[in-house]
Amino acid sequence: MSAVLSTPNSAVGSQRSQGVWAASWRRLRTNKLGMFCMAIVAFFLVLVALSGSGLVAKDWQKEVGVPNAQPNFMGPAPAEATGVIAQPKGPNVDLSDIDPLAPKYKEWDERAKAYKTEATVKAETLPFGADRLGRDVLSKAVKGAEVSILVGVLAAVVATLIGTVLGAVSGFFGGKVGDFLEWVYNVFNAIPYILLVFAFAAIFGRGVLSVVLILGLTGWTGIYRLIRAEFMKHSVREYVRSAEAIGASRMSRMFKHILPNVSHVALVQLSLHVVSFIKSEVILSYLGLGVGVDQVSWGTMLSESQSELILGYWWQLVAVTGFMAVFVTAFALFTDALRDALDPKLRGLE
Amino acid sequence: MLLSIQDLKVAFRMGKVQGQMQRALAVKGVSFDIPENSTVALVGESGSGKSVTAMSILNLLPDNAEREGKILFQGKDLLKTSLPELQGIRGRDIACVFQDPMTSLNPVFTVADQIMEPLMKHMGMSRRQALTRAEELLNEVGIPEPKRRLSSYPHEMSGGQQQRVMIAVALACSPKLLIADEPTTALDVTIQRQVMELMARLKDTHKMSMLFISHDLGVVGEISDQVVVMRHGEIREKAPVAEIFHNPQDAYTKALLACRPSLTENPARLMVIDDHIAGRTVHEGAGKAKDPDAPVILEARGLKKSFFFKQGLFGKKEFQAVKDVNFKLRKGYTLGVVGESGSGKTTMGLTLLRLHEPSGGEVLFEGKDLLKMGPTDWQKMRRRIQVVFQNPYASLNPRFTIGQTLVEPMEIHGIGASHQERLATASALLKKVGLDDSALNKYPHEFSGGQRQRIAIARCLTLNPEVLVLDESVSALDVSVQAQVLNLLKDLQDEFGLSYIFISHDLAVVKFISDEVLVMQNGDVVEQSETQSLLAAPKQEYTRRLLGAVPRGYQGGHAVAAAA
Repeated sequence: MSAVLSTPNSAVGSQRSQGVWAASWRRLRTNKLGMFCMAIVAFFLVLVALSGSGLVAKDWQKEVGVPNAQPNFMGPAPAEATGVIAQPKGPNVDLSDIDPLAPKYKEWDERAKAYKTEATVKAETLPFGADRLGRDVLSKAVKGAEVSILVGVLAAVVATLIGTVLGAVSGFFGGKVGDFLEWVYNVFNAIPYILLVFAFAAIFGRGVLSVVLILGLTGWTGIYRLIRAEFMKHSVREYVRSAEAIGASRMSRMFKHILPNVSHVALVQLSLHVVSFIKSEVILSYLGLGVGVDQVSWGTMLSESQSELILGYWWQLVAVTGFMAVFVTAFALFTDALRDALDPKLRGLE
Repeated sequence: MLLSIQDLKVAFRMGKVQGQMQRALAVKGVSFDIPENSTVALVGESGSGKSVTAMSILNLLPDNAEREGKILFQGKDLLKTSLPELQGIRGRDIACVFQDPMTSLNPVFTVADQIMEPLMKHMGMSRRQALTRAEELLNEVGIPEPKRRLSSYPHEMSGGQQQRVMIAVALACSPKLLIADEPTTALDVTIQRQVMELMARLKDTHKMSMLFISHDLGVVGEISDQVVVMRHGEIREKAPVAEIFHNPQDAYTKALLACRPSLTENPARLMVIDDHIAGRTVHEGAGKAKDPDAPVILEARGLKKSFFFKQGLFGKKEFQAVKDVNFKLRKGYTLGVVGESGSGKTTMGLTLLRLHEPSGGEVLFEGKDLLKMGPTDWQKMRRRIQVVFQNPYASLNPRFTIGQTLVEPMEIHGIGASHQERLATASALLKKVGLDDSALNKYPHEFSGGQRQRIAIARCLTLNPEVLVLDESVSALDVSVQAQVLNLLKDLQDEFGLSYIFISHDLAVVKFISDEVLVMQNGDVVEQSETQSLLAAPKQEYTRRLLGAVPRGYQGGHAVAAAA
């Protein structure tokens, strides 16, 4: 596209010309809900970037509050009645005679003076409470967003790439190649999803990259079918026939001619899969197959909050579901708006 | 007066731009009457607002349409009637037949279900009564074995039969007015003739009126009593049919009449609407005489193409789409290929280009067999034999700018040294086909059908081909645009000495452009001879039938009615 636009002598008529993408952007802009959701998604992406670069939620592992500190708006938890065992009333008994460690006390005190001890004041309340170790729930949720969204987006990209390439090959060539890929697809689809995920998890182990690979390698099947159908439809269209007639190679027909015309399908699938992979990561982490123990994601937080909820500490659950619900809903609605905008309804412009 | 349209305006809301609602005015104040028991034709090119006018009678327009004015049907204003009342009128008093019978019949219901629906809904008939009536109707529209056909599904019928079923559905409640929106455009000439005869006969027997919409004055002249010519949402002329044909008043009507190729005249070029309106006369004469000793550039010998269908578990069923086609094409000449749909003419054209791999035979291009070439030789040969497809809306990649579309073939074949040079060639070719440089950065959707077809031709020309296969290349275009493209093709042939294989179902067009004609039926070549002699003395019954089916316009008195 740029090749033509960049040439100076042909810039004469460029003002009136509106590309397919520009037209889509214009249509998207008229959708108020879509634009609002796009702003939310953009906000989350900025948050991910900031937390990734360590500007926010860097100290999410620090125990800044008392264990299970309550959120600010609830005020500090009432002091627990600790005096269950009654204080002995009698005089202190001198044990130094029989205490074998007594001679060392002085030495230890001397040595202890060499170190500075700082008793941190643990906050009684935090903006949205703390977990059982006293870590700030809000920072955890932000840090968890980084991992979850990263996993969701990367896994969706991997799945879309696999699905698109295989779907393109299968739909365009058909015949034996198509049959083989259909067979692969059927094998993948015949195994129960969770079982397949477990099998991959057993191979890859834990960690962010593993989760990306697991989800990407198991989740491409739906995209493959859609792209295959689109390629089958388009490969007999006249514009592809005419490209063949001028001698365009198979690769060029597949990826230069057809792909841009079906890219809206791939793009919409990509965004739909981001949402579903975020949820899958949550499930994986909840089952203990997700990210490493020293990392936090929305899934691990949900898994922690299960035991907390029994003790009445609900804030971690609310924080993480709130984050997740807002992002997932905004992303899904944005995807809807995107699909409406990208679908080439060019007939209306004729 | 059955129906009277008074100062009808239709606008479409196009969405808000900067808070201002944008409206596109499709019909700009149209008035005409449809008397009882007569046929009124609405004629115009695509975009003239003729369909919108007709569809606004029953409010079958999309939601964003706004109607203004008056539509009086038996004294009642249809613009003010409520939806339930309108639904009572739809199908019972006013019925519609649409252009494409394949999409206007519901594929999951049987023919009987679809005819019985209006009968039971509007006439209060029982199932049994409706079934009997449906059988009568099918018989009336001329479907053989109506009883058996009642239980068949639309896909089991041919296009012509489907359109007959559509007409039967429309006639079910004996409407007073039948709106037919291009009912024959999607059909072959021979089927078109049959459907027109049927409609004319039914109009007389049912004593109803008809609003017949068409872009083809030839069709209109044969069937209508009154003609209303529309352009750009306005009425240009309304008059009785005889007057339209013998004494047209409006320049546009005259131009429309002039630009259609006919079987009787033999012009070197066709009139184009703008020429006619500007009062320019076309250079008359026989055109450039062709060299009778020109070398044979393309020769087909025993060309065959079969398709195989799976049958049973291992069996294969052969379907011979093209059986044994032989022809010779001289340099600078045009070979016309005519036939009904399904005759194998398009398959034959695509097989020549190896867009279908042939099953047998030889295609000799300057003595070398195209079908036996290896990939490298064939890639080189591709430059010299090119194709222009039927549908200009489908044959250009919607995501490529025109510049990219035109430069791509040159890049593939290494024509031109740099991108700049290729771009210069592209813009020169655009000029040749009557477009300017500003087109280079635009996308196909910004052009009309005729312009797109010219771009498709320009893309072929980038490779300097010697043979062009034109597969129904003008069939999807309006008559006036068709004339422009045909003229362009003739000019290019004179200038570059191109040879054409011109595939079409329209004999009038084929006659205008071809030197020799090949008539195909069911994959066989039934007749092959020089154009003039074929038209003057067709030897085969099939050719005579094709010739007889070409609409000839008003012939004084109703040709169709007389025939029926």
